[in-house]
Amino acid sequence: MKTVLEVKNLTKKFKNLTAVKDISFDVPEGVCFGLLGPNGAGKTTTIEMLEGIVKPSSGEILFYGKPADKSIYNTLGVQFQSTAIQDYLTVKETLNMFCALYPQTADIDELITLCELGDFLKQDHRKLSGGQKQRLLLALALINDPNIIFLDEPTTGLDPHARRNFWDLITAIKAKKKTILLTTHYMDEAEYLCDDIVIMDKGEIIAHNSPDALLAEHFEGAIIRLPMENLAGFDLSDYTVSQRNGFIHITAFQTEVTIKQLIDQGISLHGLVVKSPNLDDLFLKLTGQQLL
Amino acid sequence: MFKRFYAIFIARNLEFWRDRAALGWNLAFPILLVVGFAAIFSGDGRSMYKVGLIGDSTTAFSSTKYISFVEYQSEQQSLDRAMLKLQQHSLDLLVDSDQRVYWVNDTSPKGYITEKLLLHSEPGFERRVATGKQIRYVDWVLPGILGMNMMFSCLFGVGYVVVRYRKNSVLKRLQATPLNALEFMLAQVASRLVIVLVVVSIIYLGCDLFFDFYMIGNYIELLVVTLLGTMALISLSLIVASRSQSEELVGGLLNMVSWPMMMLSGVWFSLEGAPEFIQGVSQLLPLTHLVEAARGVMINGDSLWDVKYNVLSLLGMTVVFTAVGAYLFRWDSDGR
Repeated sequence: MKTVLEVKNLTKKFKNLTAVKDISFDVPEGVCFGLLGPNGAGKTTTIEMLEGIVKPSSGEILFYGKPADKSIYNTLGVQFQSTAIQDYLTVKETLNMFCALYPQTADIDELITLCELGDFLKQDHRKLSGGQKQRLLLALALINDPNIIFLDEPTTGLDPHARRNFWDLITAIKAKKKTILLTTHYMDEAEYLCDDIVIMDKGEIIAHNSPDALLAEHFEGAIIRLPMENLAGFDLSDYTVSQRNGFIHITAFQTEVTIKQLIDQGISLHGLVVKSPNLDDLFLKLTGQQLL
Repeated sequence: MFKRFYAIFIARNLEFWRDRAALGWNLAFPILLVVGFAAIFSGDGRSMYKVGLIGDSTTAFSSTKYISFVEYQSEQQSLDRAMLKLQQHSLDLLVDSDQRVYWVNDTSPKGYITEKLLLHSEPGFERRVATGKQIRYVDWVLPGILGMNMMFSCLFGVGYVVVRYRKNSVLKRLQATPLNALEFMLAQVASRLVIVLVVVSIIYLGCDLFFDFYMIGNYIELLVVTLLGTMALISLSLIVASRSQSEELVGGLLNMVSWPMMMLSGVWFSLEGAPEFIQGVSQLLPLTHLVEAARGVMINGDSLWDVKYNVLSLLGMTVVFTAVGAYLFRWDSDGR
């Protein structure tokens, strides 16, 4: 698969703080690539260096094998984590204004349909709800029919329904074979949308692969979750365990055997949950801390 | 390039015209100032009579007390200027003692008194009449007030807005498009130019209905002066707003720029008698040149050629300020 973006030894220092430490990765064409990590991991600094907003302290960023200049914006779509548009403009006026900034644009009616903006085209964009505003910002990111789309935490602050709608939108864009680079701290979002992920912590890449491959690499079997009080006083030294939010997570290589052993020890199974490991569990395993 | 420039230009205009509260205040504030000054200075503030003298200045009349005498040369240019002042009631009487002739404005009460005083001490002088409308303080101060309003509109309307754009990430969003800094800045300049010209025309025409301002110059030339002044002031604001993200800092910087201009540009009073240093400083301020040139056109009927020093100064300042502003400009951060 063709590589659209190469990141080589990228570092960003702000005075005494190194926000991004010598990271490297490639983004193949047509994938949804996720940059994951908790707040402060360096995701936004990384994506803004790729977008050309922040200048790297060192390292190299290549689009289609070449360093980027201002003309790259003809083929990039960008949705920032927080942004504003000129006041007092309607949704339609905003779309028209951004349309005029590019030599080539997507079909505007198609875009309005895709992002479900038709019902409030004449509305002042400042009066849109959170989900509607994110859809407008996504439409602006897609207005030049870009090959590569950067989305920085696009669903942060949205309610679950709006998040789901947004995921459907991203899925529709993915179906058009666009390359998407997405940052998020929602692991379920990454699992749902991303083909390839990089997990960052404290400015460094701590894991890089597809979500399935990473989970297969780091986990075997299932996770048994029990309330901590059920296990108080029992010896768990034979198990691989972790604690989170008042629960003990036991890694079970053979689920039935482990559950039988717990019953045999007289441990109450009240509140028991058996689940497959997810990226949240992976992050906890890699860093010893939770994402959120 | 034009398409991108035009898109930003239209967006900025829509933003301005749809902000009804700000638009209302932009129109109301200068009108209130003009009305206020007209009311305060409706009487004649001068306590003395003022007489222009041509030729021998040692006559009996020239020793009369409580009359301020201003000497004029007998060459044509000086005579024309003296005659204009007489027509505008800035002089009460003009006396040529060599030719034994005097000119008086029939519509001037003070002219009537000084004429009687002259004829009492120098009977036999030939009477000639000059007619013309009196210049009131409001006529004199109008170009200053409009200039000051333009200055605030340009400095805060562009400088503050650019910093707000930078602070709330509008600039960041525009940076991630093919739009370049020059296109963005030109759109801001053009938009504010149109806004200022429309607003200042509305204010001028609106006030003129009530005050019938003194205007003997050419309106096209006045428009050119207004245009040049606006461009110089906008480009100055672009320097102030070129980098900062702090509205407080830029507010301070804009005040630092605007207050000296308000005080030292001859908006409220003439700087003719001011110390040389102050006059030197005033020549560095774009508002000085705007107000001087506008007054020249309106009150003296000057052409653009007559006020070429002011016109060239405004042009030069626009070029220098725009070049410095474009060099210093930063979108949002240090990216491409």
